Amino acid sequence: MYEIVAFYLFSALTIGLFLVTVMSKNVLYAMTSLAAGMVLISGFFFILGADFLGVVQLIVYVGAIMALYSFAMMFFDATRDIKEKNTSNGLVFLLGGLSALVLVLMFAAPIHSEAIAAAALYPMHEGVGNAQDVGIVLFTKYLIPFEVAAVMLLVAMIAGIILAGKKMDTSLTEDMTADDEILVVKDEK
Amino acid sequence: MIGLSHYLIVSALIFSIGLVGVLRRRNLLMLFFATEVMLNAVNIAFAAISHYYNDLTGQMFAFFVIAIAASEVAVGLGILIVLYKKHGSLDLDDLANMRG
Repeated sequence: MYEIVAFYLFSALTIGLFLVTVMSKNVLYAMTSLAAGMVLISGFFFILGADFLGVVQLIVYVGAIMALYSFAMMFFDATRDIKEKNTSNGLVFLLGGLSALVLVLMFAAPIHSEAIAAAALYPMHEGVGNAQDVGIVLFTKYLIPFEVAAVMLLVAMIAGIILAGKKMDTSLTEDMTADDEILVVKDEK
Repeated sequence: MIGLSHYLIVSALIFSIGLVGVLRRRNLLMLFFATEVMLNAVNIAFAAISHYYNDLTGQMFAFFVIAIAASEVAVGLGILIVLYKKHGSLDLDDLANMRG
């Protein structure tokens, strides 16, 4: 009962929030609803018993990625509404609706999967916490992808610093004449 | 009772929302948001399959998807900042400078 209520609540809220993200004209609204939707998706993970994944989702997505987006929006003009030229809205909604219909029909079909269920590659253990299970599998079977992911994150960090770090001393949103005026006023004093 | 199909259908709906966003948005930052929506939808499907088949592989893939999303955002936002410095806008129509 508890699981059913939580599932329907989370799914309705998540779909609504992501619709706001996709449809909104304001960047701040879009980003805030995206962050809220990601928090609710971590709720899905907690329902599904993937505790460690939920915590990672909260820390990485809501903590790091959203902070990165909000930091990047200091460079852009976030308060102004975005003017977009949407040429063929009907076609887009038709394609999106059709793909949604096809995917839902595919996933609503009954699953005959006794063979898959019997051959779990890395089964979860009873009485062992999810974080412990994940840790054992991650550091034995998935050690090399883990290390490669670490190197990839390092490369991404260096790339981000180099791309964004050039000319950090010049302002993007204010024009340079305004700074000059401030300097002139300072000189007069 | 909530079965695997429920989670997969929610995941498909969220993925379609992200797809609509990718198709109709013209602003690069909004395109990034739509991409995040799609990645999250796939993560829900991975976690649900992992739970219902009692197999940890799905969760592992979800972790790597999260790592890839993080590095994508780091590099992508750097590129967005460079583009904004160069063109003064993030609109895709303004960036079409390879038209022959």
